[in-house]
Amino acid sequence: MNVATHPEKLTVKDYASDQEVRWCPGCGDYSIVRAMQKALADIQAPLEKTAFISGIGCASRFPYYMATYGFHTIHGRAASIATGTKLANPDLDIWVISGDGDALSIGGNHLMHVLRRNVDLQYILFNNEIYGLTKGQYSPTSKVGTRSPSTPQGSIDSPLSATEFALGCGARFVARGIDTLPKHLPEVFKRAHAHKGASFVEVFQNCIVYNDGAYDHFTAKDVAADHQILVEHKKPLIFGADRDQGIRMRPGRIELEVVTISENGVTEADILVHDETNKSLATLLAHMESPAFPVAIGVLYCDPAETYEAAVHAQVDAEKKAHPKPDLNELLRSGPTWTIE
Amino acid sequence: MEGSTAVAVEGTIREEVEDVVVRFAGDSGDGIQITGSQFTLTTALAGNDLSTFPDFPAEIRAPQGTTFGVSAFQIHFGSREIRTAGDAPDVLVALNPAALKVNLTDLNKGGLIIVDTGTFTDRNLKKAGYEDNPLENGSLDDFRTIAVNITKNTLEAVKDLGLSQKEAVRCKNMYALGLVYWLYGREREPTVHWLNEKFSKRPEIAISNIAAVNAGHAFGETTEASGETSVYKVAPAKIEPGLYRTITGIEAVAYGLAAGVQKAGLRMTFAGYPITPASGVLHTLSKLKQFDIVTFQAEDEIAAVCAALGGSYAGTLGVTASSGPGIALKTEAIGLAISVELPLVIVNAQRAGPSTGLPTKTEQSDLYQAVYGRNADAPLVVIAARSPADNFDVAIEATRLATKYMTPVMLLTDGYLANASEPWKLPDVDAIPDFPVKFPSDTEGFSPSHRDAKTLARNWPVPGTPGLEHRIGGIEKSYKSGNLSYEAANHQKMTDVRKAKIDGIAEDIPNQKVTRGDAKGDVVVVGWGSTFGPITRAVQKVQADGHKVSHIHIRYIWPLPKNLGSLLKKFKKVIVAEMNTGQLITVLRSEYLINAQGLNKTSGQPFKVSEVEEAIRESLRK
Repeated sequence: MNVATHPEKLTVKDYASDQEVRWCPGCGDYSIVRAMQKALADIQAPLEKTAFISGIGCASRFPYYMATYGFHTIHGRAASIATGTKLANPDLDIWVISGDGDALSIGGNHLMHVLRRNVDLQYILFNNEIYGLTKGQYSPTSKVGTRSPSTPQGSIDSPLSATEFALGCGARFVARGIDTLPKHLPEVFKRAHAHKGASFVEVFQNCIVYNDGAYDHFTAKDVAADHQILVEHKKPLIFGADRDQGIRMRPGRIELEVVTISENGVTEADILVHDETNKSLATLLAHMESPAFPVAIGVLYCDPAETYEAAVHAQVDAEKKAHPKPDLNELLRSGPTWTIE
Repeated sequence: MEGSTAVAVEGTIREEVEDVVVRFAGDSGDGIQITGSQFTLTTALAGNDLSTFPDFPAEIRAPQGTTFGVSAFQIHFGSREIRTAGDAPDVLVALNPAALKVNLTDLNKGGLIIVDTGTFTDRNLKKAGYEDNPLENGSLDDFRTIAVNITKNTLEAVKDLGLSQKEAVRCKNMYALGLVYWLYGREREPTVHWLNEKFSKRPEIAISNIAAVNAGHAFGETTEASGETSVYKVAPAKIEPGLYRTITGIEAVAYGLAAGVQKAGLRMTFAGYPITPASGVLHTLSKLKQFDIVTFQAEDEIAAVCAALGGSYAGTLGVTASSGPGIALKTEAIGLAISVELPLVIVNAQRAGPSTGLPTKTEQSDLYQAVYGRNADAPLVVIAARSPADNFDVAIEATRLATKYMTPVMLLTDGYLANASEPWKLPDVDAIPDFPVKFPSDTEGFSPSHRDAKTLARNWPVPGTPGLEHRIGGIEKSYKSGNLSYEAANHQKMTDVRKAKIDGIAEDIPNQKVTRGDAKGDVVVVGWGSTFGPITRAVQKVQADGHKVSHIHIRYIWPLPKNLGSLLKKFKKVIVAEMNTGQLITVLRSEYLINAQGLNKTSGQPFKVSEVEEAIRESLRK
């Protein structure tokens, strides 16, 4: 028989499993798992209906530390396994956990297709710009010149922008978070969860052992206000320690520029207002790079469309309606048959 | 043809023959496969036993008139039990010079050639590599020939029926079909019915094709009146009473999987990626959504097997189908399925390889891949179908073993079995025993690693079940708790239990029977998969001469039936016939330390009965 094991209201602790966490001390993953547990507690996600599915890498150990269902799979393939799971049971609430190598290198193809199909799940990409679990090789998001065991003279290939990739794949929800923003990150996860369809979240995560400080130029406390912008729907794109910096369209060009309000005749009315349903704007925001621009954090794009599993099951349901009580014996006998006496 | 007598039917003198092999051949755009399947249907309706062999190029529309663009369909039918598509044709229908050129060498001496003279132009002869016209230079003197301008006669038959010139020419396969119908006294009605159904939205095409069938038939009758050609009768075969249909191997796999999940009380999540010759499983199942089957065309082979496994994780039966190269890509995920002990059915429609190989030609060379082809000690179940219809039973067995033992099962079929068809005595699906799956729901003492004491199968807790939240993954798990474990003794234990679980399935499968002949003797021919037909026919022929020869056909490749070793040791000589360089034989030698001899063929074509027969006689002489 079923025994009700859940208390009335689930707390953050109820989402943590009893397994010992094995990430390096100081790893950004700790704060991400805490942010996730907080987000789930805030939305009171039912444990039994929640499944974390991951690939391979440091980030992909994540499911072991959650008290929900979890499946630690193989390198790069979590999105495909999650697609099958969601098709089999659309009632499940699925989170895919991946890293920059897992999602963008070995699993790039599957990430592309899960996004364009719009399978209703949350895809969280922990981007630390390095391969951690294999001891520090450069990744597809590493900056040019990254010195690593496999690139002792520095890496030479251009890095990929995870967020721009997601937008290019046709993702209908694209957001960014930072491991060191413990209040903001759960909110991003909650927005991703609320979105019906594939929600893509890139989390800038610090690898303390192999790539420490990779994001310091826009995440460190002393520079964060001037080098990142927390975007919010319908709010002007203003940032800076003095809240006097803004983003506007460069006159006569399809590109953004940073301007100072009250200088050169710029007023707040000139500043772009964030519209998360505008894909062109989302693409421009995703493209902003430090130091010329602040790095855009928050929900860059959100414009729901029909989900893949809903459309798949609509076809199944239509066939079931058109052929009630299907009978295999009947099916086998539906073509030309003959009787041997 | 192995014997004939003359009989009069309805005023026509028809020479009675026991069995006939007819091969239709033409350009890959000539509709040869449709012609063949229509002849198959009417032959089955006439009560003959039959077996077919479609043989087509990998190119969809190879350049017209070339030898590499020739498509063929062979049918062997008779009044006796028919086990193979026939060694050599008695009748060759060649719709162009290239078709004649490619197929003539196979034709029996004295065989009948029906050619479309309308295509024997200088240009086509040159394209086919003929220096001069074979219809005129005496090179066909060893054969009987019906030379008829099928192209011209077809155009005349369908003129004024509303078709374009191009569409009109495309009716010529039906003219040829009508002519062969006349030759064997076949009813035209089933084809007329089929044409009306198929082209219900374009009745002018149906009417024209029917006119072509009738014109071909009428041409035959006129020839007959002139007394130039004999016509034949093939009496109905003595076939087990019952209701029959024809079925291809691919359809049988799909229907068997659908029946299997019903018997298990599950829904199916099928995920595939297009690949020859396995795509038909995806096509067929995608038309069966009313059975609560979800089909998913994935972005690649890896995604397909992963989505299937994700489906199994969620409590449906995950199924995927591919061919050798695709199976290679799926290998890592199959290893994951073995590690997390979830059920999974993997259909491998083998084709000639390595690499892309010959995509439309058949081979049995993925046995090593199925049995041994994974990293680490990763055993799974391997079973193989022996005929097109047998795929149905094997697919049900695959679902039974996968769900009962929480393991991937590899179903081996091949390109020949996938495309070939045979009459199938329809089973009563309701009479097939159920094997319902039970999902755990009791939280008391729950562990994701709980095993059935007898089968050693892990339980199958499904996400969505309150209180059974747990984590699984590809890292080694504690035998007791299912949590991560890097402990040495635990890995030994888990490796042992994974092996013992699969080995133990030998207790749950039938003992190996001797397929034909006694359980001891001078020679036994061992086979698996689609070699069943030629081996059993060859053994039958040698037995007829009083030799102590038997046939053992193995369905369960891994684990092997537990009595197989002792059974094989009761024969003085063991021949293992396979369409590879010797894979099953290696397994048998390694398992039983027997001195088996291989009979191997990798030409992309099935064994001929005569090839197997010769090998048996050779072995008896030594």
